[in-house]
Amino acid sequence: SPTNHRTMPMLLIVGSREPLYEAEFSTGPQSKTEDTAHLNQFILHSAMDMVDDAAQSTNNMYLRIVDRFNDQNVFAFVTAGNIRFLLLHEGRNEEQVKAFFQEVYEAYVKLLMNPFYSYDTPICSTSFDQRIQAIARRYL
Amino acid sequence: MRDADRHVSRSAFAYLFSEMVQYHTSRIRSAGELELKLHEVGQRVGAKTLELVTIREKLMKRESGVIEMLQFVSSTCWKSLFGKVADSLERSTDCGNEYMIHEFEPITNCFVSIPTDLGHLNCAAYIAGILAGMLDCAHFPAVVSAHAMPAPDRTASNTVFLICMLD
Repeated sequence: SPTNHRTMPMLLIVGSREPLYEAEFSTGPQSKTEDTAHLNQFILHSAMDMVDDAAQSTNNMYLRIVDRFNDQNVFAFVTAGNIRFLLLHEGRNEEQVKAFFQEVYEAYVKLLMNPFYSYDTPICSTSFDQRIQAIARRYL
Repeated sequence: MRDADRHVSRSAFAYLFSEMVQYHTSRIRSAGELELKLHEVGQRVGAKTLELVTIREKLMKRESGVIEMLQFVSSTCWKSLFGKVADSLERSTDCGNEYMIHEFEPITNCFVSIPTDLGHLNCAAYIAGILAGMLDCAHFPAVVSAHAMPAPDRTASNTVFLICMLD
């Protein structure tokens, strides 16, 4: 793939049966093609097996880097209820991503406290989306 | 969410719970169905409760073994839900997959009197549902049921939550 493209970091939240939420974080002016968008989704979905393997081998929620593709890393985090957060990011700072995931987890639990949101269902809340975008601006 | 020390009054819970039971009572045909409804509502609460209690513990870890998970549920989660740890957690001697949590007078049964036409109803089915929901989303699927054990020296009966792990 062309190396003068900077790819945007991408967060995917996966439930037991389907993805629940997806967000891309623009980090500045860059070009993005249709191919890049599909490629990012493909990379994250194909990393799911690695996430499950990593989750079996440790009690930690933060699983660090579970997979790589070219110059991009897939970071993963599994909650107590087995909801998986995946981050596709060129950076390698594991501590920074850990802090990122902890804030995402907090935003997720706040969403869960909403009686109108059911566990393990797609997330449509715009305020959740705004919160995630703000967290990404702080950490990524 | 951060305010773990905020408590809900028992009477507020009792009122809400009684309304919920009455709501479902008008929509079912048997006591068994009512228990199923309470169980179902409890399950939805369970998954959310597990995440909330876990994030408040700030450990950022998950439980990997059944015993550890049940200990987490019967102590930390119980404390968060009911203000106390469960009276006891036991493993069945006959069947290795079965566990029991004892609780004398669960809050769902304190203020409930069962009419004769709903003879065997146990409102603690709601709590059984919460337990099942927690265990299920943590990948420890189990069938959880509430049973009343009459205690000869007390007016109220001891409740046992029977947990049959599915794998």
